[in-house]
Amino acid sequence: MSLDPATLAAILAMAAATIFTRLAGLVMPASALRHPRARAAFEAVPAAVLAALIAPTVLATGWPETVAALLTALAALRLPLLAVVAVGVVAAALLRAVAG
Amino acid sequence: MGIGCAAHRKPQPARTGRRRRTEGFPVIFIQDPPVGGGYTAAMIAPPEPSPWHEARAGAVAILPAAVAVVPFALLLGALAAEKGLSPLEVALMSALVFAGSSQFVALDLWTTPAAWVTLGSAALLVNLRHILMGASIAPKMAGFHPIARVLALLLLADEIWAMAERRAAARPLTAAYFFGLGGLLYVNWVLFTTAGAVVGARFGDPAAYGFDFAFTAIFIGLIAGFRHTRGFLPTVAAAALAAVATQAVLPGPVSIAVGAAAGVAVAAILPPRREAAA
Repeated sequence: MSLDPATLAAILAMAAATIFTRLAGLVMPASALRHPRARAAFEAVPAAVLAALIAPTVLATGWPETVAALLTALAALRLPLLAVVAVGVVAAALLRAVAG
Repeated sequence: MGIGCAAHRKPQPARTGRRRRTEGFPVIFIQDPPVGGGYTAAMIAPPEPSPWHEARAGAVAILPAAVAVVPFALLLGALAAEKGLSPLEVALMSALVFAGSSQFVALDLWTTPAAWVTLGSAALLVNLRHILMGASIAPKMAGFHPIARVLALLLLADEIWAMAERRAAARPLTAAYFFGLGGLLYVNWVLFTTAGAVVGARFGDPAAYGFDFAFTAIFIGLIAGFRHTRGFLPTVAAAALAAVATQAVLPGPVSIAVGAAAGVAVAAILPPRREAAA
């Protein structure tokens, strides 16, 4: 079990960066959320971040991913999350196999 | 079972045996034995479900993500071992950084000796989205102890945050629920990335089994859960298009920040809801 000083420094730098980004939300003043537009913006954060996170995979990888995402979205309107995940994984695997 | 079921009409034997011991004692003694005394927070808010129930509900909610993350944790550990990291270093990185995407990016950029400025900056860029996530979830942690709030935010990860937002949309978010979410995924991540480094063997590409798509599917399901919020479709469309456009020009994690900012901006520009005028 070795612990290289340069590796340790890199890990600590990465940790510092993630601690900063994770705690930065705490210092947002509560008053900033009182304005209706600010509130609308904050309510939109979850969907916006998640959409930005998956968009390159869904829209710019290939047709199997796009179609699988469409099927997953349809499933999400009706089914519980675990079933939605199952639909997505199976659809992606099958469609990728079809695409070769 | 139907209401008219014959079995239900049978006279039930009187259940007296277990109650006799408490007769004559104040009810409060049965619920809160004075010897225990450890759960002051739970006593302040009696109508809330027990912390244990909340923690278990959180763990159950994160379970699909925790299972889906295992192949990636093993892969990350194996990749790290290939780059020359020891199992101890991998465990330390997972425990202190606990951010899958930035750890994958870091290993991609890894040199020997490790360049801490490059790797720290990359982690900062990849996790810029946490600032928005934290700002959104922190006000929903109003019921947390200040120390618990800091610890909870240190556990912020995409899946945990998304599940917490989903919970907060339905009922007050409790610290126990959040640590149920975060605790399971954290232990799981540290354990399996270290295991990957120890085994160091080649695992098949998780994409081959559609495992990578589990994350996309989880996030699609979670996005769908927000579909009744105002301006949902324009927000999602703007975020997705901006992210794809950014990705085409500047591949990497910047697209997440740009896409999220675009979606949030559209939500702010849309006419505010009617009730706000009152």
